Amino acid sequence: MCSVNTDLSGRLETLVQEAKGKYSKEVREKIVDNIYREAENIAKRTVVKPPKKLDWDGKIDNILTSRITGYPIMLLLLGVIFWITIVGANYPSQMLFKILFWGEEKISTLFYFLGMPQWLHGFLVLGVYRCVAWVVAVMLPPMAIFFPLFTLLEDLGFLPRVAFNLDNFFRKAGAHGKQSLTMSMGFGCNAAGVIACRIIESPRERLIAILTNNFVPCNGRFPTLIVISSIFMGGALAAPYSSLVTPLVIVGIVLIGIMVTLIVSWLLSKTLLRGVPSTFTLELPPYRRPQIGQIIIRSIFDRTVFVLWRAVKVAAPAGGIIWLLANTYLGDSSLLNSLATAIDPFARGIGLDGIILTAFILGLPANEIVLPIMIMGYLAEGALLELDSLIALKTLLLDNGWTLMTALSVMLFSLLHYPCSTTLLTIKKETGSLKWTFLGAIIPLAVSVLVLFILNSISSLLLLMN
Amino acid sequence: MAIEKPLSEMPIGTVGTVIENGLTGLTKRRLMDLGFIPGSKIEVLRKSPAGDPTAYYVRGTIIALRNNEASHISIIPHNKF
Repeated sequence: MCSVNTDLSGRLETLVQEAKGKYSKEVREKIVDNIYREAENIAKRTVVKPPKKLDWDGKIDNILTSRITGYPIMLLLLGVIFWITIVGANYPSQMLFKILFWGEEKISTLFYFLGMPQWLHGFLVLGVYRCVAWVVAVMLPPMAIFFPLFTLLEDLGFLPRVAFNLDNFFRKAGAHGKQSLTMSMGFGCNAAGVIACRIIESPRERLIAILTNNFVPCNGRFPTLIVISSIFMGGALAAPYSSLVTPLVIVGIVLIGIMVTLIVSWLLSKTLLRGVPSTFTLELPPYRRPQIGQIIIRSIFDRTVFVLWRAVKVAAPAGGIIWLLANTYLGDSSLLNSLATAIDPFARGIGLDGIILTAFILGLPANEIVLPIMIMGYLAEGALLELDSLIALKTLLLDNGWTLMTALSVMLFSLLHYPCSTTLLTIKKETGSLKWTFLGAIIPLAVSVLVLFILNSISSLLLLMN
Repeated sequence: MAIEKPLSEMPIGTVGTVIENGLTGLTKRRLMDLGFIPGSKIEVLRKSPAGDPTAYYVRGTIIALRNNEASHISIIPHNKF
């Protein structure tokens, strides 16, 4: 048996060698050439072309890729989508919170009625249920708005034109123009953004896009960024301008994220990914009338529900673990507080504090719960919670020593730190490699620590000089 | 008889026939699959507002290539499609 196999593979080997010698690489070209010729012949006999009508596509392209109107239209459309998402998600989010927390009360009543022990109620209801409810309430509405709108642009055929307009900037960073699309998707959800990288057929550029997707803030981080900037940055100016400051700060944060994306992309293409094969082609398909049914199915089921389910799967155990950490006491300090105290010196070195860093570590499963964990830590409470008003939150943060620098550091850390575990799982699935998954976490972490360290060194230096 | 020129140097509106695809490896295979093979008719359609890439009409589809790739493809320009 064995000898037959070696015999066979040996003969195959010689045949392969023989073939390689006989046929030069032009064989491939001849094959493709023949396929095209044959296809052309068949098409000539069978396909009837309709008489040429007005070239609508060309006219639309003239506007969308024009030197003058190309970029403004693009920015306007994306801006409108973000605006609708953020404003539109507000109300349904609050509704969901109300419904889900009403549910929590009912379940709690049931637990007491059945005489369940305190710790079981704490772990299952205050831990697991509340964390899942939180993630669903914050995540679902923006995704259910953002994904259909984005899929609509996709279906219309608009997105490839965005890549066409922006490719030159990405080319200079060693990346692919289509990365602009995977980044836009990342605003909705980084896990969905990483999946979207499949549209980049060139291996090197695809890996670059996957590893840097985290640098655009997702829907889970936007609320945190908005709350912190409206507390600490809007207040510095007089009333009529303060409402303008928050959006400007957010735009600034997004721009920093895009800058870091391009810089890290460039570094990756020059170092780790040098030599990985690379190719660029971009099809500009004809514009189409959108198919609404298709859009809803693709965006709600393939994207929203898919991402939400992945998030719930990690939020449930995380909620339980967080509750355990906050309610298991060693001496007179909870495990969570002990952890916060242990990492406090390091955290202060980069402008944060122990509680903030603990919140980011425990918030690995979902960025939505970072701020609730912080509040829980500062109040020394045993479960995730939110404060009724921004003023209450501001007072709490100021009491715990927050300054403008702390706020800025937290926002930058939120923007740049490692992606959530859902995204990391997705990177593992998409690249099939633990190495890239590990780098997908470690590169952003290194960048964020470096940026915060430099920022805070400069700021303390300035303070010393004053 | 016109002489062959790199595709990247053709102004918008040029029509021509592909003479040679001088690329290598993955890129060559990819472009051949998309129709950039000797004998294909091609039209230079438009440039990105940033100058690069350029969109070409080839074999019924619009494909954008960067200048770097297009400079390895030679064509003979002619008067009409």
